[in-house]
Amino acid sequence: MTMTQTRGILGARLAGASTLHLDDDLDSRSRLVVVGNGMAGARFVEEVLERGGGEQFRITVFGDEPHGNYNRIMLSPVLAGESSEDDIVLNSHDWYADNGIDLRAGVRVERIDTAAKQVHAADGSVTAYDHLVLATGSYSWIPPMNGVRTDEGELLPGVYGFRTIDETRAMLEATSRCTRAVVMGGGLLGLEAARALQGHGMHVELVHAMPWLMNAQLSREAGSILEKSVEELGITVHLDVLATEVLGSEHVEGVVLKDGRRIDCDLLVVAAGVRPHTDVAVRSGLEVERAIVVDDQLRTDDPDVYAIGECAQHRGSVYGLVAPAWEHAKVLADVLTGTNPDAEYHGSRTATKLKVAGVDVAVMGINTPERDDDEFLVISEPKRGVHLSVVIRDDKLVGATLLGDTRKVAFLTQAFDRGAPLPEERIRLLVDLSDGAGSAHGELGVADMPHDSQVCNCNGVSKGDICGAVAGGCGSVGEVMDRTRAGKGCGSCASLVKQIVEWAADGDLAEDPAASWYVPGIPMPKPELMRAIREHDLRSVSAVFAMLAPGGKDDAKSKMGLTSLLKMIWGSDYLPEKDAEFINDRVHGNIQRDGTFSVVPQMKGGVTTPAQLRRIADVAEKYEVPMVKVTGGQRIDLLGVRKEDLPAMWNDLGMPSGYAYGKSFRTVKTCVGSDFCRFGLDDSTRLGIDLETRFQGIESPAKIKMAVVGCPRNCAEAYVKDVGVVAVGNGKWEVYVGGAAGASVRKGDLLATVEGRDAVIALAGRFLQYYRENANWLERTYDFVPRVGLEKLKLVLLEDGEGICAELEAGLQRSVDAYRDPWGQDAEEPATPGQFRPSLPLVALPKVSVR
Amino acid sequence: MSVTDVSPAVVVVGRAEDVPPGEGRTFVADGEQVAVFRLRNGSLHATQAACPHAGGPLADGQTDVDVLVCPLHQYAYRWSDGSSTSGAAPIRVYPVREVDGDLVVTV
Repeated sequence: MTMTQTRGILGARLAGASTLHLDDDLDSRSRLVVVGNGMAGARFVEEVLERGGGEQFRITVFGDEPHGNYNRIMLSPVLAGESSEDDIVLNSHDWYADNGIDLRAGVRVERIDTAAKQVHAADGSVTAYDHLVLATGSYSWIPPMNGVRTDEGELLPGVYGFRTIDETRAMLEATSRCTRAVVMGGGLLGLEAARALQGHGMHVELVHAMPWLMNAQLSREAGSILEKSVEELGITVHLDVLATEVLGSEHVEGVVLKDGRRIDCDLLVVAAGVRPHTDVAVRSGLEVERAIVVDDQLRTDDPDVYAIGECAQHRGSVYGLVAPAWEHAKVLADVLTGTNPDAEYHGSRTATKLKVAGVDVAVMGINTPERDDDEFLVISEPKRGVHLSVVIRDDKLVGATLLGDTRKVAFLTQAFDRGAPLPEERIRLLVDLSDGAGSAHGELGVADMPHDSQVCNCNGVSKGDICGAVAGGCGSVGEVMDRTRAGKGCGSCASLVKQIVEWAADGDLAEDPAASWYVPGIPMPKPELMRAIREHDLRSVSAVFAMLAPGGKDDAKSKMGLTSLLKMIWGSDYLPEKDAEFINDRVHGNIQRDGTFSVVPQMKGGVTTPAQLRRIADVAEKYEVPMVKVTGGQRIDLLGVRKEDLPAMWNDLGMPSGYAYGKSFRTVKTCVGSDFCRFGLDDSTRLGIDLETRFQGIESPAKIKMAVVGCPRNCAEAYVKDVGVVAVGNGKWEVYVGGAAGASVRKGDLLATVEGRDAVIALAGRFLQYYRENANWLERTYDFVPRVGLEKLKLVLLEDGEGICAELEAGLQRSVDAYRDPWGQDAEEPATPGQFRPSLPLVALPKVSVR
Repeated sequence: MSVTDVSPAVVVVGRAEDVPPGEGRTFVADGEQVAVFRLRNGSLHATQAACPHAGGPLADGQTDVDVLVCPLHQYAYRWSDGSSTSGAAPIRVYPVREVDGDLVVTV
């Protein structure tokens, strides 16, 4: 890539790219000028182009920021380090050029001469228009505080708003040198900023001027439950108090609260709300109240000037969400392109679903009853961090709040948007009651949704659009999302999109009962199969086929899964059969594309010694190993080893197998921890080694990767492991489960924060055994954990809600006791005749290139 | 193979006990590499040694009464005629039998 010239600009063009412009005089198209290149402005341009507006209009877009158009909603994940900048680009500079749009990025508009119909910009340019659209959005509001600005009127260094990518970058950069942050504002943005900064290892305190968090959306009760969840994350919350002064002359040093308390900090984030950008409109003489006043066709009091998005005030309402902005864009595009000259916007009913500081929240309509005969139903479980409520008026849903559990959001959104009939037992709005319909309930929700009901609020995609994409041949959720753009905004509807795709595609799949079987060759789901194996005392794979397979017929593709299951059930009492194992397990190495194998010795916690390295080096030379590679799991891989050399190599190495080939526990990555690292809060290497010692070689439905890190900087990537352990100080460890950073990327869910290394090992063991006993074959934890649900896991593993913890521990212990290092075992005597005989002895085969 | 060499070769490649139940081993028969399998039901099968798709070592594959599954990409090939269950290119299968404990392959 040669992007040095344009580094720092999101969605920048490659250096040297240029665009030809038609001579103005030859262009008969009318001139459409858009002021504002954010989510509203750019979407409006897209909508115009979609309606063939490229033929009608010469389009100019002014953007205050130098970037292309990016997804502002996703700044929180960028700050948290969960998304990269490139992921949030919606329209790059190239896109504008390709569509013949004149993008004036980084050019601020000063005023509009509505009489002459000209736009005056800060760079001195004057641009004529026929139609002008203001989409100037909002800015971060900085409440009045002494010392927050320097004498020049700039924000004091170390103080940031949270609105743009540049502010986000500056904060990210600050996280490396700052240790204490104060976030001002306990709304959505403030909470997200607090969580993100805390994830960078900072000490975070949150100051909110109102008596409870997210007071604009939540009731006091729900707000307090959210507060508890946030405090549990380790973020200190100060409510009902204003900050009056910012300390520090060269750089922020702290804030003083109205009650006199002082909080020290070296980073201050102000997320105290946004205000519509109306300066240009005011200077241009347009009617402005709280925002720029528009009619039902988004027209201001000047007939050729329109306003959309957060800077527009329609029927007294100003919206701070993206969905109404995109509705504005659609209506205005209809009007201006003539697609529907009578299109009107009548306001938005806003329903939002989001994740705040790790907690799922969905809100719509009102959150408390307003009239005497309003029905109000509340389920509050402060201990679980769950608060659910609905407000019903005249048999219609007029409000709902879901905190900590948003499983019912799909149905409630429909009921709210469309006035769908409500169940007589109102409690069914909030929970699934078991009445025989049982698990079908969730699917009914999807099936019952009307065809034209909107699923993706960001992109206006309906259930019908999704079903249409499936019918049109899209075979995966990803394809449907690409085709329809559903789930491509804030992403919060992704699970609903998935449910609908599965439901829509179900016609064919429903007839396949094999979907529930553990392996294709035995017609039983896993629990039934396990019962049958125990009942008939089946200890080998051939015995399982003989007893349980139709006609006693064996099945090649079922053998590996059955081997794993039998090993788990019987431990050392399992009767091994080599042919039931995959080749990797037969010869204890990972088969490569040329039929050679890779040899990865155990290196617990990624910690090695000079002597071990010397031995590996000697062995690599002796056997002419073509490639020596450091693996992602913090070990050393000797690649390209001939099968016949394996036993001798193991002997020479004198090290146990690292199990880099099995559907089994693999490795524990660790960071340097407290021994040497100046940030380390606890001894992560020791704990990693202990975990690896306990779980070495244990077979599981799919591979298991773990990591332990000594602080939330997460150097060994614990947040994206099947089990990830993070030291948070004072002997406490966070245990995350279900993370992944492979073909799927998922941050693990926080299962619990526990004290002491033994507690971590015990909890990780319980989780591992529960996963082994309940996951489908090849189902990774990143699918298993969401399928089972974090709450269920907490109930079973932390509170022993099903009374099986002792059983789980015994089951795991059986496997721990059955562990024998396979290299030591088969190196002495082959398990079967010709175990290590070459299978491709003589012909030259495609070889992996040797570096 | 030259045009003059049309008669099949009948070759003893090894002993039956060289191939453990359910597994495969590779032998050379008249210059051809052949993978010989002994299933748990006692039946014998022989195929070409390397898969046509990516040169995978078929003798390292897993078996059942119907098919052989290549260890590299899990393509399955039928014992009956060497055809692939997924429509990939077929493999060659050879007649094989046991005579006095010897494995006899016709190539």
